[in-house]
Amino acid sequence: MEKIICVCGHENPVGTKLCGKCGRPLTEEAKMSKIVDMKYDGAAIRSKTRNKSIVDKIWNFFSSVKVGISLIIINLIAASIGTIFPQEFYISVSTEPEKAAYYEKTYGSLGKLYYELGLSDVYSSWWFQILVGMLAISIIVASIDRGIPLHRSLKNQRVKRHESFMKRQRIIGEGSITEGDSSNTLNLVEEKMKKLRYKVRRDGNALLAERGRFSRYGPYINHVGLIIFLAAVMLRLVPGFYVDESMWVREGEMRAVPGMEGYFIENEKFILEMHDNQATENQELQGVNVVAKNYQTNAKLYKQTDDAVPGKDDDLELVKEYSIRVNHPLQHNGYSFYQMDFRLNEIKAMNFELTNKETGESLGAVSVDLTNPQNEYVIDDQTKVQLLGYYPDFSGFENGEPQTKTPTPNNPAFIFKMTTPEKPEGEVSFVAIQQTIEPNGDNAYKMAFNSVETRNMSGLTVHKDSSIPFLAIGGAIFMIGVAIGSYWNHRRLWVEQLEDGSIRLAAHTNKNWFGIKKDIDAVTEFAHLPKYIDQSENDDAEKEKEGDSTL
Amino acid sequence: MSLISLSGNLLYAAFIAYLVGTLLYGGAIKSSKPDGAASRAEKWGKLALIVTIIGFAAHVGYFITRWIYKGHAPVSNMFEFTTAFGMFIIAAFILISYMYRLTALGLVALPVALLIIGYAAMFPNSVDPLVPSLQSHWLTIHVITAAMGQSILAISAVAGLLYLLKSINPKIKSKSRFWMEAVLYFGVLVIGFMLATVVFKGMGYEASFTYIDTQDAEQEITYNMPAVFGMNDYTLLTEKVMNPLVEMPAVINAQKLTTVFWSFIFGSIIYLLVRLVTRRRILTMLHPLVQKVNLNLLDEVGYRSVLIGFPVFTLGALVFAMIWAQEAWGRYWGWDPKEVWALITWLFYAAYLHLRLSKGWEGKKSAWLAVVGFAIILFNLIVVNLVIAGLHSYAA
Repeated sequence: MEKIICVCGHENPVGTKLCGKCGRPLTEEAKMSKIVDMKYDGAAIRSKTRNKSIVDKIWNFFSSVKVGISLIIINLIAASIGTIFPQEFYISVSTEPEKAAYYEKTYGSLGKLYYELGLSDVYSSWWFQILVGMLAISIIVASIDRGIPLHRSLKNQRVKRHESFMKRQRIIGEGSITEGDSSNTLNLVEEKMKKLRYKVRRDGNALLAERGRFSRYGPYINHVGLIIFLAAVMLRLVPGFYVDESMWVREGEMRAVPGMEGYFIENEKFILEMHDNQATENQELQGVNVVAKNYQTNAKLYKQTDDAVPGKDDDLELVKEYSIRVNHPLQHNGYSFYQMDFRLNEIKAMNFELTNKETGESLGAVSVDLTNPQNEYVIDDQTKVQLLGYYPDFSGFENGEPQTKTPTPNNPAFIFKMTTPEKPEGEVSFVAIQQTIEPNGDNAYKMAFNSVETRNMSGLTVHKDSSIPFLAIGGAIFMIGVAIGSYWNHRRLWVEQLEDGSIRLAAHTNKNWFGIKKDIDAVTEFAHLPKYIDQSENDDAEKEKEGDSTL
Repeated sequence: MSLISLSGNLLYAAFIAYLVGTLLYGGAIKSSKPDGAASRAEKWGKLALIVTIIGFAAHVGYFITRWIYKGHAPVSNMFEFTTAFGMFIIAAFILISYMYRLTALGLVALPVALLIIGYAAMFPNSVDPLVPSLQSHWLTIHVITAAMGQSILAISAVAGLLYLLKSINPKIKSKSRFWMEAVLYFGVLVIGFMLATVVFKGMGYEASFTYIDTQDAEQEITYNMPAVFGMNDYTLLTEKVMNPLVEMPAVINAQKLTTVFWSFIFGSIIYLLVRLVTRRRILTMLHPLVQKVNLNLLDEVGYRSVLIGFPVFTLGALVFAMIWAQEAWGRYWGWDPKEVWALITWLFYAAYLHLRLSKGWEGKKSAWLAVVGFAIILFNLIVVNLVIAGLHSYAA
């Protein structure tokens, strides 16, 4: 690789702006500028040194801060598009045509367009994920491209810097000391700077005081954290890393837990509590009169013993008894059960009386358990009721046949055959809620509806996300990095005593100039240093003058 | 006096103190005479800061008494959150004031806080019980940290506005003059919103309608302002009130649109009156007040506030939010609109920080960016809560 040889004899790689040893500006641009760019002083970043192969070109593209910022902005805009209308997973229809119809009906032609462009599920679209991926690549490439040279330049800092370096700093000062013995000045500077918790190094007549160097690594640390975080998000795609299932469990029922082999959960009771307050203004605005206080499922988690037959719910041992509430999931073995939904008063059983229509006399009660309907209900040896048909969610007749819409007992209907001493051959009757049909004409007996037994149902989701610890690590590293980079800053002060005893000083900080100036004020007073100037302020004054005449 | 009315009075006292503080800051930095202007400025500036701190103490008093009364942090509806946001802006301002001794900052920070608190007061301040998903200590941790982060970030916009007030020459036509005046006009619109709300509330205006929503269900709605826009397929139920002039489709909430309309009308009337009486732009009136401020220092204050606020915002609005979401809903991220807009805010300030690395994105450009960032924060507070429905719209 080519080298640039500085006047001082030091060999610098191509692309270096300031000599790594003495700090002399090497490029024309650096020589022309009044204040030098101090970001990677004394080191060259890879993207500035190579630009030949296709790999170099791609590398250079992703290492550019401009490209990085553009990617941030593009991601930002893409993310915002997804909030114009609700995303598909927040609407309560499931099939594609239903979704299409929903968007068109609710949001008109704009909604239709939104759906057709795939914006209703924008965050899982390939192009959105590519954008996030490109941002991640940009973070990695830019961090390597800049981080390594930065580390080198920070590690190899010389105490003594050339005049042309010192004079191009934002804060500079030159002159004789204001009082006292000049031979002692550097000692005073060292004493004061150490008191201000700077690390001080000396080399002959030169001094470098430095503080908070580690803060320069902050951005790189937080980028590492971000990458770990994004990688952890991708871990979800690894089989077994991520379980997300939902299930309904009725009160008194025990069900196998989907995605959690060998476990069963029992719903003992579902509890819904309401706040019993007077309706407040906010509640009225929301159009609700009462506000829920608690959704709770009293659950028991069972595990099959090791020698049990898979899928069978015998040989169970109780693992945990827990009241699952919102914000308080049941947790076991990395799995969590969340209270997500509920359905109240599902019909559990229907009670009938076999009644003589004329006399109103009852021959006996029949209770049909809807989860476990029997074929025959025997009252005594001459009297029985046969269940010829059961339709949990009756939706009408088709070709004379009763139909059921779903297997859920929302609107149960039955065909009974009643055998009585009076009618030993039996009478057939179709019974639904508020509807009775007697196909063979007038029956002597009827199944008189007596009462229903209801129960509640809990909707639970079962989650396991083994990527959480990695996410936590990534997030923690990010937070530490961002705090280091934000709350500390890298301050440097170069002081050189010239032959005649006068002082030349220069200072730089990556952020918080107000803070470093306070430090320099303190040392200036303590060691009687010449007054310093802030070159950028003079700049601004000039700019303003220019501004006034040109605006 | 009951605890809750004490709480309300303390908030009222804080509001008055900030109002007085604003005037004092105005007096502190106005310097027409050369005689002893500096020492006078210092005296007034100190007084202004003391009044602000007294107001802040009252504001904290409001917060604590309401907290005790409710038994949980008062940040669970629009009124409470926005009031707390105003409080943290004042806190961040006091912090930055002590760090940089920049008196002029108060001239913008206090009015911004006043507008925010005034805006909050337009929402019902009733004490509501918490729905199950909010019953968690993460409500306190997440919301307060996020609000603190947003408030510190807001100070960068305060510094940015001050920077622009000084650096934009009101005598010369330019894009930045136009947009700066637009920002000030927006501030007046907020006053318009308050005035419209107070006036119609004072009149006891009420008009009820039934309408058909997007799912073809009949709903009822009550307007507290004369209904300019009617809901989809509305039927007026109240007698002797104005009939809507325009009917809106079901997807648009015509009631909120009506509120926006009246805020525009009231705000624009105030703005026009000010322009007619003074025959000057608001920018022209404010520009001479801030001639003494140091632009370099303001730029640094703006940058520094983003540096201080960004980690706090990340922690509160993203990290704590994810932990809570994982605990309440079983997923740390769900692309809920409020989450997305927190992410957008975060990305925006990340872009701001990276832009500071490239040359030229300091000073004026940086100041504009800070103002845009604050606009995103306000968008997340107002539009996302009230217009875009989602899991977070407890306040709507």
